[in-house]
Amino acid sequence: MAELYDRYAALVYSVALRVLADTGAAEDVLQEVFMQLWRHPASFDARRGSLGPWLAVIARHRAIDALRKRRPQTDLEDVVIAIEADLEGAAEGSRAVEKVRASLHDMPDKQRIALEMAFFAGMTHTEIAAETGEPLGTVKTRIRAALLALRRALNT
Amino acid sequence: MTTHEQFAEDLALYALGTLEGEAAVALDLHLEQCAACRQELARLQGDMALLALTTSGPAPPQRARQRLLKAIGHEPRSLRTVFLRRRWWTLAPVYASLVLAIFAILLWRENARQRDRIEALKADATQNQATFEEAKHLVALLTDPSAMHVTLVAAQSKPQPAGKAIYMPSNGALVFMASNLAPLRPQKTYELWLMPMYGDKPMPAGMFKPDPSGNATVMMPPMSPGVEARTFAVTIEPEGGSPTPTMPMVLVGS
Repeated sequence: MAELYDRYAALVYSVALRVLADTGAAEDVLQEVFMQLWRHPASFDARRGSLGPWLAVIARHRAIDALRKRRPQTDLEDVVIAIEADLEGAAEGSRAVEKVRASLHDMPDKQRIALEMAFFAGMTHTEIAAETGEPLGTVKTRIRAALLALRRALNT
Repeated sequence: MTTHEQFAEDLALYALGTLEGEAAVALDLHLEQCAACRQELARLQGDMALLALTTSGPAPPQRARQRLLKAIGHEPRSLRTVFLRRRWWTLAPVYASLVLAIFAILLWRENARQRDRIEALKADATQNQATFEEAKHLVALLTDPSAMHVTLVAAQSKPQPAGKAIYMPSNGALVFMASNLAPLRPQKTYELWLMPMYGDKPMPAGMFKPDPSGNATVMMPPMSPGVEARTFAVTIEPEGGSPTPTMPMVLVGS
């Protein structure tokens, strides 16, 4: 477990910190994610994707739950991750992250903001529409288009 | 618009965990039946993971690590191999070794049980062998012409022909020993008869010829079990025996 922690704690912590903007709360999420992995090792299945991306998504879900002060909404076993690009090696991983960052940088601001509000703030499309004053349909479309843009960035 | 297109935007919200109400319920139901949408959901979660991977920041404090390891120490649990990025078949040799190990233990136990059984059978066989040897010595003693036979009679009386039959009606076992028998003429034999208790005619119980000292033995002739004997008698018969005793009787039970 210590080995897994040393490998993935920084990732889990940075996702939680980005969502919560509070080191104490992020530490709690970090603890919770690894304790869940410890208690329910079977909830992560290699067929569901590799462990790093899976932990990153679980960390995001748990951080949003903490942010919204609600009980966990997502079942660990429902998180199945498919990434076609190879992220296994350190070099491949960091190259992929660079591509995704570039893609975020290049996408229209409104698209990126909608995605970040949904992903890092856990806002619903209704809340985002209210905040930005844009139609619901537009918000939905933007969020999906932004996610697809990230996927495309890896395949170029 | 196909069903998949209709659900496409909802799928992204669903992956983010922000789809609510009826739309979420409808998509839940659809996902149960639609492998294509499940696959697309997995891809969208992959896209989310990519976004999560772009975050960077300070490393978690050292105390977080200690806190986790301490908490784990309070909940000892073996780490399963699923943590490792392995496919099931990479564990096949491990499973195979486990199965072999279990099989080996079962075989070893069976072997031990069989060994115990063999030991028990050996002990039985040794016992049987001892009993058998004893019986063989007894029979050899009774039947060996070189064995010394001494008939004890009342002092100052002349030894007379005599016989002793030991018979067990329940299984038809019979041993007969005679002494001081007169030598036979050629083509003659002594024959032992069982005189049944209940009126039937005498039954042949073996032929015998005495040794030069006049001793003779009949060991376990073929007899039907369950015949009650009133007494036994000995006659002289032509070689090969007779269906009925020929008078006079040489010996008869008292």
